[in-house]
Amino acid sequence: MTAPDKMRALFDPRGVVVAGASSHPGKFGFVALHNILSQGYDGGVFATNRDGGTILGIETVASIDDLPADAPIDLAFVCTPAAVNPELLAACARRGIAAAFVTSAGYGEAGEEGRRAERELIELAERLDVLVAGPNGQGVISTPSKLCAQIVAPAPPRGRIGVASQSGNFVSSFQNYAVQTGIGISRGVSAGNAAMVGVPDYLEYFADDPETAVGLAYVEGIRDGRAFFDRIRAITPRQPYVVLKGGATAGGQRAAASHTGALASDDAVFDGMCHQAGLTRAATVEEAFEAAATFATQPLPRGPNVAVVTTAGGWGVVTADAITRSPDLTLAPMPDDLRAEIDSRLPPRWSRNNPIDLAGGETRDTIPDILGLVARHPGVDAIVYLGLGIQSNQARMMKDGPFYPGDGLERIVAYHERQDERFARAAAEISDATGKPILTATELAVAAPDNPGPRTVRETGRLCYSSSNRAVTALGHLRRYARWRERRGI
Amino acid sequence: MLPDRRVGSPDDAVGAAVELGFPVVVKLGGDAIAHKTERGLVRLNLGDEVAVRDAAEDLVRSARPEDGEVHVLVAPMVRGARELIAGLHTDAQFGRCVMVGFGGILAEAVADVAFRLVPLDRIDADEMIEELGTQALLGPFRGEPAVDRDALAATLLGLSALAVADPDVVSVDVNPLIVVDGRPVAVDALVEVGGGSR
Repeated sequence: MTAPDKMRALFDPRGVVVAGASSHPGKFGFVALHNILSQGYDGGVFATNRDGGTILGIETVASIDDLPADAPIDLAFVCTPAAVNPELLAACARRGIAAAFVTSAGYGEAGEEGRRAERELIELAERLDVLVAGPNGQGVISTPSKLCAQIVAPAPPRGRIGVASQSGNFVSSFQNYAVQTGIGISRGVSAGNAAMVGVPDYLEYFADDPETAVGLAYVEGIRDGRAFFDRIRAITPRQPYVVLKGGATAGGQRAAASHTGALASDDAVFDGMCHQAGLTRAATVEEAFEAAATFATQPLPRGPNVAVVTTAGGWGVVTADAITRSPDLTLAPMPDDLRAEIDSRLPPRWSRNNPIDLAGGETRDTIPDILGLVARHPGVDAIVYLGLGIQSNQARMMKDGPFYPGDGLERIVAYHERQDERFARAAAEISDATGKPILTATELAVAAPDNPGPRTVRETGRLCYSSSNRAVTALGHLRRYARWRERRGI
Repeated sequence: MLPDRRVGSPDDAVGAAVELGFPVVVKLGGDAIAHKTERGLVRLNLGDEVAVRDAAEDLVRSARPEDGEVHVLVAPMVRGARELIAGLHTDAQFGRCVMVGFGGILAEAVADVAFRLVPLDRIDADEMIEELGTQALLGPFRGEPAVDRDALAATLLGLSALAVADPDVVSVDVNPLIVVDGRPVAVDALVEVGGGSR
């Protein structure tokens, strides 16, 4: 069986068996079965339990060998103690189960004896031609198959981000961000001890996975840095990848005989490797998720020139500062013809420069009009749009206040909410039509996520950034990757 | 690299200085001597024969038994307001990589550097230079022209080519790389091969 076939067995199995299912709701063997069943997995679900019995409506069998012979099962989700796993793996192979996700602890993380057990398990798996993910991993999710085979919540919405992590906690973090923002995940896997397959293997699978548009990885230790670099560089031309690295500031400089050596911190070398390989490196967990979410939902900017469209001054100024500080972006110089076009549509108090501050001069159609004009101008490669949802926020206060719906409040509330929905939709439609990224930022994305502005941004499948500087950071990552491709003729 | 002369005596040092033209720099060299500046083995801006002879005599006296065989190096004194650093490093995880950065005696304190894994191509070299934080130093500076980026990139590609050609080269330190009329000029280099230096 080829490596991609085995990966398919892991991510899109025709059936799953939970080995070591438990009747105790506090145990992993119960939680895993619960999560698979409760999230509507497409395929057949089976379970083994030494003592038999029914768990969550599934009639368990004593061993893998007792499973119905005609049921297609590709994945074993293993929650049994390490000591019984060799026999379990052999039973999987006998039955044609191609992949096993092993949650069991007591392997490489557990001293010399554990390392030996891990080595033996992997030698056996290679002999049997069974893929072992983990051990000591948290699980795997795959939204196209509605598979949530993991021992923790949440189940993220479907989307185009493929997650692979050396730490299970970060898989959960990214999934929680997916739940919060609505920008979903295609596949997510915790590599555990990565004894047989590690983060680069998963990332390589994502490169040719039609469900995945961007890879998102958390790494700490890299066993062979040079091989990692060569493998990553082979897939970055096909798909963007975002990496968050733990241990970035740890010492690691040897007592160097040269100035060059003294300056070669692990972090500086890793950073250079990322730039060379076209790998997007994020500094924080939210930056990593937002970069991936932006790759998944916005077109790549074809140049560095960013225009800011805002309904209020201060936001625009701060956003312009962030763009100017970015090494990858430029505050677009205001083209004369665009200025004249906007002059003809707005009262003269608008900023007449970039940031394009409408200064309250807008009427019913101004925002979609101006967004369209700016996006269509060849001197602009991307837009950051600020001010969405303000009127709906006021509308909500009116709605919740004692005067609603009288005094004309019902009508104005409905108008504001309709307008913000319209503006959010216009941003997405104009971006689609022009092939240019339009990023909408407002703190209402987190302060009032049900506000019709940010809610509609989510409905268009895009990320509503909780601040403009975070939008600028994400956009900078896209531009850097786009330029990396352009320069290399990709 | 600059034209320099490797000589055995103070007399020959004076002869070499006359031939190269004043002012000159005189250094004590030897396979076992790594950091000349730290040990006071570099004498700068020597303007006449007397200064060269005094410096050379003093340097020869400074040699320690563990330095082994030593010689006197005479080189033209070059000036530039800017100093860069370039080098080759063997990283425990990623193997050999080329570095460029802000150089001179403040190099380690400033730590404005960029690395790439060997081998580099021209695009990599250009991007390393663009990545440095002190971009203002690379433009026109205090009456001197902008740094010649082609020449700087060629230096980095040269280090990469050296690493490819000789797997035994563990590290190279070109510090400082003085910017003279915009061109980076290597005035000193330390090459570590296998376990030792040369």
